Amino acid sequence: MTDLQKTPADAVPAPAGDPYLSVRDLRIHFDTDDGLVRSVDGVSFDLHKGRTLGIVGESGSGKSVTSLGIMGLHRSKRARITGEIWLGGEELIAAGPERVRQLRGRELAMIFQDPLTAMHPYYTVGAQIVEAYRVHHPQASRKQARTRAIEMLDRVGIPQPDRRVDDYPHQFSGGMRQRAMIAMALVNDPSLLIADEPTTALDVTVQAQILDLIRDLQEEFGSAVVIITHDLGVVAELADDVLVMYGGKCVERGPAETLFDAPEHPYTWGLLGSMPRLDRELQDRLVPVRGTPPSLINVPSGCAFHPRCPYAALTGGRSTSELPVLAEAAPGHLAACHLPADERHRIFAEEIAPRL
Amino acid sequence: MFAYIIRRIFAAVVLLLVVSAVTFAIFFLLPRIAGETADQLATQYVGKNPSPEAVAAVKQNLGLDQPLYTQYWNFLKGLVSGAEYKFGPDAATCHVPCFGYSFKNHLEVWPELTKRIPITLSLAIGAAVLWLVSGVTTGVVSALKPRSIFDRLAMGVALAGVSLPVFFTGALLLTVFSYEWPILDNLQYVDFTEDPLMWARNLILPWISLAFLYSALYARLTRAGMLETMSEDYIRTARAKGLVERKVVARHGLRAALTPIVTIFGMDLGLLLGGALITEQVFSLQGVGAFAVQAIADNDLPKILGVTLLAAFFIVVCNLVVDLLYALVDPRVRLS
Repeated sequence: MTDLQKTPADAVPAPAGDPYLSVRDLRIHFDTDDGLVRSVDGVSFDLHKGRTLGIVGESGSGKSVTSLGIMGLHRSKRARITGEIWLGGEELIAAGPERVRQLRGRELAMIFQDPLTAMHPYYTVGAQIVEAYRVHHPQASRKQARTRAIEMLDRVGIPQPDRRVDDYPHQFSGGMRQRAMIAMALVNDPSLLIADEPTTALDVTVQAQILDLIRDLQEEFGSAVVIITHDLGVVAELADDVLVMYGGKCVERGPAETLFDAPEHPYTWGLLGSMPRLDRELQDRLVPVRGTPPSLINVPSGCAFHPRCPYAALTGGRSTSELPVLAEAAPGHLAACHLPADERHRIFAEEIAPRL
Repeated sequence: MFAYIIRRIFAAVVLLLVVSAVTFAIFFLLPRIAGETADQLATQYVGKNPSPEAVAAVKQNLGLDQPLYTQYWNFLKGLVSGAEYKFGPDAATCHVPCFGYSFKNHLEVWPELTKRIPITLSLAIGAAVLWLVSGVTTGVVSALKPRSIFDRLAMGVALAGVSLPVFFTGALLLTVFSYEWPILDNLQYVDFTEDPLMWARNLILPWISLAFLYSALYARLTRAGMLETMSEDYIRTARAKGLVERKVVARHGLRAALTPIVTIFGMDLGLLLGGALITEQVFSLQGVGAFAVQAIADNDLPKILGVTLLAAFFIVVCNLVVDLLYALVDPRVRLS
């Protein structure tokens, strides 16, 4: 869980060709009585089939809003969504809600944080999976759909699936419920699976099982996976690429190995420093990122992280006045920071790395 | 499930016994505590200037000279085996089930009640259908478009519905539709088996005025329930499956929002079956409620006791049905 060092065998080279999911300058703003909430403010990334992207950030950094935006689940009239979401060559924001609904559950599937509240308490687990299947397979008979549901429950590791299929969610344990949710999400062989904090509500032993399951299923189905979490351990376990979000913006993006080995952004340093590590002998106290996440209505000027950044003073005032842009720090590794690259590498090597 | 049903039915029977005991105590014990003698109690059933013999006969017939528990026991016995009032000139038989015998107008209470049950039943069921359909529909539409013009308008009307008493809306409807424009005049209760069309025609105004009150309540309840369930996580899951919004609302939202409505509906219906006092009064319907009003006005204890027990019976039965329905609707209830 907490092993951040991926063995070289795990490192899959980024595949060539068009990405399956491509998000371009996605902005999701909400009109509220208090003002405009810029939940997501210009996020871009690519994801190929068979690859996993981890989106990391604190609460309120915009990671869940991004995923719901891709799913087309922001229904409020107050949500303003701009930018482009390309999925298999089709642009979703311009496509309209009905088209996105048709893709939802078939091409795009999602699993949620709390599997107890995410399942309807009045319907059996089987009925809910059957429903998910028949939305996109209207010609399938009830019996076929039921067979398919049992098959999926079996695939995600539910014992005695032919009996448990008629159980209600409250008769399942937390881990089994999340397995059932995964079965429901994968019943139509989606090409993209978004997992929004899939292990947060589960206890630690079950977390590892669920992560293993997601990885196995991804290998089997070859789908693209977006995993949203605040737990860097989960990202280290699953992700090929990592995107770090702060205040609705992407502050660092890169392959998982380089991002964990040589993180570029002070916020990423903070996240790494505040994470407990079991693979280290001796450990001082964990260092939290001081301060609180920024308001998304009044985002701090310049670099949104500057009020909490211990190195803001080293930028000569640019961090408070100028918006940092994502720039390539290493091949395929981008960071949005005003600190000169040399300075950053020095600070990381001298101050941060020894503490991790 | 079967054991659960048996347990619930048993509990309902016990509850009815308790209700009967309490009611009995209220009507026959309280006057004694307040200092009335058995003679005084008996006198009110005999008419003006009664002869001492007549009073004594009534006293014996009603068992007023016996201790209260004997009276109660005789009352319960009468329910299953009938009763004979054999003293004095007014000897009478009260057939099974004997809910009491009114010496004021020499009638058995039970046949009088059963005559009126169809009227109250017609009134309550018809109004219930109206208010369920209109209230729940309005509530759902309001909840789906909160703060829209429809929502504001509907909730405004609902507020009026909750605030306006039936004796106002009923009288208004009567004035407009039976008097000013006599489309629905000469409203007389016609039994459903006799002429279903006339039955409905003559009950439509009472239905509307009663349903207006309740549908307002139900619209508000449904709206609140729907607003809550539509923000649940499982609704998001249903949408994530790609279900069309109509199915998300009906199959996932409404299903969950209706559960509390079922409970309230059972209680409301039970209460109404015990007599819609005001509505029956306004539209001169000779239902259970009118019977109760008359009994109270006459201070006729056997009648009051009978109608109270009938009302209690309906409430207990409706609650029982609701509890059993609940177990059907919510699988989590079934197991615990």
